Amino acid sequence: MIEIDISKTLHGSSGVMPLRVELNIEDGEFIALTGASGSGKTTLLRILAGLEEAKGVIRVNNEPWLKESYSLPPQKRQIGFVFQDYALFDNMTVLENLLFANNDKALAQHLLEITELLSLASRTPKTLSGGQKQRVSLARAFMRKPKLLLMDEPLSALDPTIRSKLQDEIYKLHKEFQTTTIMVSHDPSEIFKLADRVILLKNGAITNFTSPEKLYLKANSNNLTLQGELLKLTPTDALTIAIVAIGKQIIKVPLSNREAKNFKVGETITLHSNPFSITINRC
Amino acid sequence: MLETLLSIDYTPFILSFKLAAITTLILFFLCLPLAWYLSQTRSKIKPIIEAISSLPIVLPPSVLGFYLLIALSQINLSFSFWGLVVGSIFYSLPFMVQPLQNGFESINRNILEASYICGKSKLETIFKVALPNMKPALLTALIITFAHTVGEFGVVLMIGGSIPNETKVASIAIYELVEVMDYKNAHIYAAIMVVMSFLVLLSVYIFNHKESFKFKGLH
Repeated sequence: MIEIDISKTLHGSSGVMPLRVELNIEDGEFIALTGASGSGKTTLLRILAGLEEAKGVIRVNNEPWLKESYSLPPQKRQIGFVFQDYALFDNMTVLENLLFANNDKALAQHLLEITELLSLASRTPKTLSGGQKQRVSLARAFMRKPKLLLMDEPLSALDPTIRSKLQDEIYKLHKEFQTTTIMVSHDPSEIFKLADRVILLKNGAITNFTSPEKLYLKANSNNLTLQGELLKLTPTDALTIAIVAIGKQIIKVPLSNREAKNFKVGETITLHSNPFSITINRC
Repeated sequence: MLETLLSIDYTPFILSFKLAAITTLILFFLCLPLAWYLSQTRSKIKPIIEAISSLPIVLPPSVLGFYLLIALSQINLSFSFWGLVVGSIFYSLPFMVQPLQNGFESINRNILEASYICGKSKLETIFKVALPNMKPALLTALIITFAHTVGEFGVVLMIGGSIPNETKVASIAIYELVEVMDYKNAHIYAAIMVVMSFLVLLSVYIFNHKESFKFKGLH
């Protein structure tokens, strides 16, 4: 079990903000960490990795990683970390990148197989595509046989097809190694697919720590609920047409002029479909 | 022509290169931790250290030479080869520190952190991850320091004088040839310096040009 009870003062773009996190994570759990940018997600991950200082306690299977002035250095924490920008060593081949983390050739071979990288083992990272690079980074993280795997928006720079494929690979690796994992993500479908529980972080504090179902499926779950962005409001004689982007779809929703005044272009909104009508609400 | 070239005394050149090679080697290991520290620190004293280490660029060589002369006389090193080495270390320090510091700063912090997470110490990270990923900066630091030490004149004159085989380096030799109006030999010495300096710089720029293509993933 991983016990976390930490605090830190952050100096962000919106001034000083306290980060205060207290939570326990069970062995083998897959946790998604979500929230607006600047809410402290990356800092929390970096504190867990030992890359940033904080006050409080972190205990992993009763071994203290952080306790008062004692802090186990990142070298000794036995963690895996997957960065959004891959952070591969360009001077080494794919295989050397893996062996640099842990000189276990059999494990490297196995991980290259799972991530379909065997044929690229002797290539250097600069010659790979984004999806391939992130696979290498993922495989390298598992080379450490980590007690805790941390992923900071690992798939957000990739296109939807590759993203979905890599989600499957992450799922496969998680099932095989049963690694306790925390992944920062903004994508509800990704969180739904992978996570056992979701942490919602807001202004440095946990506002929700629950299952993805409870967070994303609102009370009126008999209705169809879609989340999207309001792109345009076009007033006509009798009513206003709202143009809404949902995923890759662009949808027209008619509103009364009075209703339309409540919305601003660029807002995130939800669309609810009752059996006979669609209603639109601010998130 | 060949006869003239063969009849030249090359010892000042050999002395210059020996001095430059030793200075570069010592400075590399001396500046590596300093440049690393400057690239990683957020300390308030960083600008002070940067200003001090850059002083030799702006100070007149006579000023640096004067202080070094006083200091070296205390330990009986003035007017000797090893005195020149000490002087050159001060004189060429910024030319080693600055490219190395820029190189370290150009490396994505995540890559260094990824190396720590892979269980590697800072020292291992510097030698196995940072330096191999900043080859142009590394080469610039080594070559410019070497070339700058070969081109040193003022400081050498102040602290070394002109003792043959000991402190009479190429730049001093040219100065003396001009003083005694031996323009023929001065011409040859000067031309050799120009050609060699040009070739050194050319090789640096060709290498960096190639590396920058590699960096962009072009072949």
